[in-house]
Amino acid sequence: MDSASFFAASRVIIVAGKGGVGKSTMSAALARAAAKAGLSTLLVRLTAGGAFGTLFGQPAPGTAETTLHAGGGPSGDADVRTCLITPNEALDDYLKDHGLGRITRRLTSTGTIEVVTAAAPGIRDLLVLGRVKALESSRAADLIVVDAPAAGHAVPFLQSPTGLRDAVGNGPIATQATGVLEMLADPARCRVLLVTLAEETPVNEVIETAFAIEDEIGVRLAPTIVNGLITQPSAFPADHAAAEFDISPELLSELRAANAFRSAWANSQHEQLNRLIQQLPLALIGVPQLPTTDLGPQELELLAQAITDGITELPDDTP
Amino acid sequence: MTPIVSATELIEKRSVIVCVGAGGVGKTTTAAALALEAAQRGRRAIVVTIDPARRLSDALGLEGDSAVSDEPRRIAVDAPGEMWAAMLDASKTFDALIRTYARSEEQATNILTNRFYQNITHSMGGAHEYMAMEKLYELHNDDRFDLVIVDTPPTTNAVEFLEAPDRITTFFDHRLYKILVTPTGGLARAVNFAAQGVVRTVSKIVGASVVDDVIEFFASFDGMEDGFRARAVAVRELLTAEDTAFALVTVPRRDTLDGAIDFVDHLAEANIAIDLLVVNRVHPRFTQRPPDVLHQELGRLAATAFEGAATALSESVAIADAQHHDLASLTGSLGQTAVVTVPYFDTDVHDLAGLRRITAWLGDSAGDH
Repeated sequence: MDSASFFAASRVIIVAGKGGVGKSTMSAALARAAAKAGLSTLLVRLTAGGAFGTLFGQPAPGTAETTLHAGGGPSGDADVRTCLITPNEALDDYLKDHGLGRITRRLTSTGTIEVVTAAAPGIRDLLVLGRVKALESSRAADLIVVDAPAAGHAVPFLQSPTGLRDAVGNGPIATQATGVLEMLADPARCRVLLVTLAEETPVNEVIETAFAIEDEIGVRLAPTIVNGLITQPSAFPADHAAAEFDISPELLSELRAANAFRSAWANSQHEQLNRLIQQLPLALIGVPQLPTTDLGPQELELLAQAITDGITELPDDTP
Repeated sequence: MTPIVSATELIEKRSVIVCVGAGGVGKTTTAAALALEAAQRGRRAIVVTIDPARRLSDALGLEGDSAVSDEPRRIAVDAPGEMWAAMLDASKTFDALIRTYARSEEQATNILTNRFYQNITHSMGGAHEYMAMEKLYELHNDDRFDLVIVDTPPTTNAVEFLEAPDRITTFFDHRLYKILVTPTGGLARAVNFAAQGVVRTVSKIVGASVVDDVIEFFASFDGMEDGFRARAVAVRELLTAEDTAFALVTVPRRDTLDGAIDFVDHLAEANIAIDLLVVNRVHPRFTQRPPDVLHQELGRLAATAFEGAATALSESVAIADAQHHDLASLTGSLGQTAVVTVPYFDTDVHDLAGLRRITAWLGDSAGDH
């Protein structure tokens, strides 16, 4: 499948995954891959901080919308921009938009906001999704990539509109919830992309999350990214080969240990990948483990290219 | 400054160890390994876990069925001490707290069946964190155990669990609540009139039935806030007690380490120091050779049968050195803390034998990193 059609299949991609699987890095790589395919991309962050600045070789982005990668030129790249939507700001904006801006401070200082958000759980999540929907409706970019909340929060985050629509009856929140649900239910508008690692617990969790998202939320799942894959090293040469290349016994044992470690690791990844393939009826995109912890623009290009390659290998009818 | 102590010394001497850190770093497994090591050193240790991976919970005798799992279970270990485990059920812990402070059975029932209350216990920010601390307090006062090791929920806000007791207390104590439950009449009527404006506003946002639940909840809760406040103070004191140790669990990934540094800073503001740093999933280096020497040695192996192994070795060194470098920024901000590094295992830990692989590294902690 060609990557431009892949990225153009929906206007929003929500990237979800447990902590430590590289979700934010993959969000950035997806945004970059989409821009390389010619789609202007808006990377939506839901928490302040993060390494997006470093990844794109730019200063750390703040609250205002900024450009992470300027497109144009002979390559035909489009822009990658980023903006921050925080739950508290989304709530403030919502109150302002509904003529309650005047008393927002009072609501906050009396603790009313806290009561409201406890009374209607998920209201902040819903309002964040509402902001994403507004960006989508206004065609803020060809593609909006949302770096979703980490940990176990992806499912409650996406469930917030259903829960609230049922809880609050009529009113502006219910309207907002209905609007967001329409977006989530339409695969031409929104897909969720899960990121995982080829390890036991992440594989279990991604399977559970995928079924929860399909069954309980009804949003289309894009292919799953399996991050951090290592290649299986070739079989270690027989001892007599070491003499041929004049390898000292110490170096030989170090080489053997590193090779064995790699091999065991790759085998274990292979086993987990197979389990994932058997239990999760979704296409997979493999992304390699880079031999560094220092991820900058160069590494981002490698990761974006790996995603593009992975997409190219997918059959044309991949959802 | 507190003197440097090793991991094993903490395990032998402290009565509470709070494991903190981001999600996905092996916090639950580390907490269980600390409890196992404590049992091996003759202590009666209990680990309170939160949402453990299934196979680990099976190994610990904790079934997924929350109806029974929050009760401490003794785990059969071949050790001079005892190892116990319990799983945190935040809703049940919260319910128990309500029953403790309710003045009557009726008051407790009114609260427990209130929809707003159920929302709070399931989803209010800080509720899980507070309940983890509450459980810790309860078990600390249980004579069966002399060491409580508590896993904390994976929070985005690092110090949520520390602030949670205050936050919950403030929540039950805030002005809206006072306004809502003040009997009408005289001056109170005027105050109530102002409250009506707030109520109308809130109704507009979330709907009237939600507001009814809230009002009913606060009315039912009346009179319990003093008990709650006293308990929160006691929990807070336990967290800052001399006898309580904090173990920060992390992995050598740059973003996780950055989060860990924020964590350390926030805890420092609350006058809490990290006593133990556990770094999981550290990539082995396999060689003492410096990178440039190694590069020369391996260069001549290109396009030979050893090329794959040479790549495996040079990449291992690159990753291990990068991790070591990234880790230095965290240990630099820690002061005097015992540091334990646990190498990457190619299989997950899901039984006691797996936990023993980790405990084997605890003795290696160096105070003088």
